[in-house]
Amino acid sequence: MFSEYTESLFIMAGINIILGFSFYFPRSAGMFSMAQGGFMAIGAFISAALTVKLGMPFYPALLIGGIVAGIVGVIAGFPALRIKGVYLLLLTLGISEVIRIFFLNFSYTGGVAGLGGIQLHTNLWNVYFTVAILVYFFHRLAPTRMGRAIAAIGEDEEAAEMMGIDLTVTKLQVFGISAAMSGLAGGFYAHYSLYITSDNFGVAKSLEILLPVLMGGTEVFWGAILGSFVTTFVPEWLRFIQPYRMMIFGFIIVVMMILRPQGLVDRSLVSSIGLRLRSIRLLWFPRPAP
Amino acid sequence: MLEVRSMSKNFGGFTALNDLNLRIEKGQIHALIGPNGAGKTTLFNLISGSVPPSSGEIVFLGKKITGSRPHKRARLGIGRTFQNIRLIRTLTARENVMLGCHCWTKAGMWSSFFSSPIRPSAEESEIRRCADGYLEFVGLGHRADMWPHALAYGEQRRLEIARALSMEPKLVLLDEPAAGMNPQETQELNTLIRRIVDFGKTILLIEHDMKMVMDIADRITVINYGQKIAEGTPLEVRTNRAVIEAYLGEGE
Repeated sequence: MFSEYTESLFIMAGINIILGFSFYFPRSAGMFSMAQGGFMAIGAFISAALTVKLGMPFYPALLIGGIVAGIVGVIAGFPALRIKGVYLLLLTLGISEVIRIFFLNFSYTGGVAGLGGIQLHTNLWNVYFTVAILVYFFHRLAPTRMGRAIAAIGEDEEAAEMMGIDLTVTKLQVFGISAAMSGLAGGFYAHYSLYITSDNFGVAKSLEILLPVLMGGTEVFWGAILGSFVTTFVPEWLRFIQPYRMMIFGFIIVVMMILRPQGLVDRSLVSSIGLRLRSIRLLWFPRPAP
Repeated sequence: MLEVRSMSKNFGGFTALNDLNLRIEKGQIHALIGPNGAGKTTLFNLISGSVPPSSGEIVFLGKKITGSRPHKRARLGIGRTFQNIRLIRTLTARENVMLGCHCWTKAGMWSSFFSSPIRPSAEESEIRRCADGYLEFVGLGHRADMWPHALAYGEQRRLEIARALSMEPKLVLLDEPAAGMNPQETQELNTLIRRIVDFGKTILLIEHDMKMVMDIADRITVINYGQKIAEGTPLEVRTNRAVIEAYLGEGE
């Protein structure tokens, strides 16, 4: 369908979208998590170890990787419950490093040498099928009870709690689900790059994923999609000015943060687009009257 | 229905509330008045559970709720509004009210796969019906799809009341509902609060508008420097010496 190069870019963009979602989700509940790079490592190493060492088929291995990452996410979520802002950032950063260093020293999954010999299983179809399921989930979640609860927690935790929202349960759920998303992305990543070391993950990776999400906007999940596409493709388009492309890309981000700190897509944009697309507007969120 | 027993709250060295006792009877409008910084909002926060007391206890409907978390208290039937309006900016007016229904509904995240805006689940449509009902009740039916910050100040206050009511509470805490309202809006608010009580709710009200308080309250508690200085019917409070001193200063 595409050239091999374009296809690889689209696959990377797809994996980045899943990762972007895994950042967006806790962010939408007011939690700034830097642990996603670590959860991604769990999904990547576990699914790869299952397919390479135990010869398990890809899809069950991918799911198990995601589930284990989710469970670790819930456990890691406990200390994150009462901590906010910069402190949560540092705490999740610590979690991410703990996981990375664990895999650096865990000889079963290759330790320092990393895990190689992984077979190629990731393709456009399974990545974008996963993206589609997640889009469906977020799209359906927003106008329901838990979606509103998450939006409320994201904006005013204290008021939300006094409205009867159980912060502990909701936040742990969000943390666990987002960790599972990271795990899935890790599984796809491992079966695409075919060779993984713990250096692929951790804080550097977290930062790399955080960027597109902040750029796209954290109010609605569309922001994560757009942001992931932009940060995957724009540096490629700027390739003709090779030595300066990352500099220009960085400059674009600075300008954007000044002009539109809430990100490219926010909720009022989505609703105004929804208003224009009258025929399918019921599919969108409720909108303000004109 | 609500009893606050020898409640104290210290913030560092500052005593916001000192050995306060309060009893609120079912079906009444109980007003809490006092100069700024007297500890009224602190008392609200203690009752709704967002801050823990230094000592003392709270009994609601015969149950001790002193140590329980805010969301548990909300589910038991304590709803509230906030002095500085705290509506959720990213939710529409209707969704803000629907948020209040959270405490008596059950749907988890998984069930959102089976509810869509076009074909909502049974519970979701019930929430919506309830929210629309309360929006209509406070006179904001025509504003349902607007963002809260696009509403006029008085409308935002009424929206907060609708959100508190959608929690189906037994006790409603209203923190300065008339602040920033003009006399006509205050008048409408009076009628609204009376109608809420007619529905069998109990109201605890903080208000600075004396005319409104005297007009509407069944019982008034006056607080100053974290202590109760008077309590009684509006007539009793109005003629109480300690109250006059607190508001106007000591006479010669």
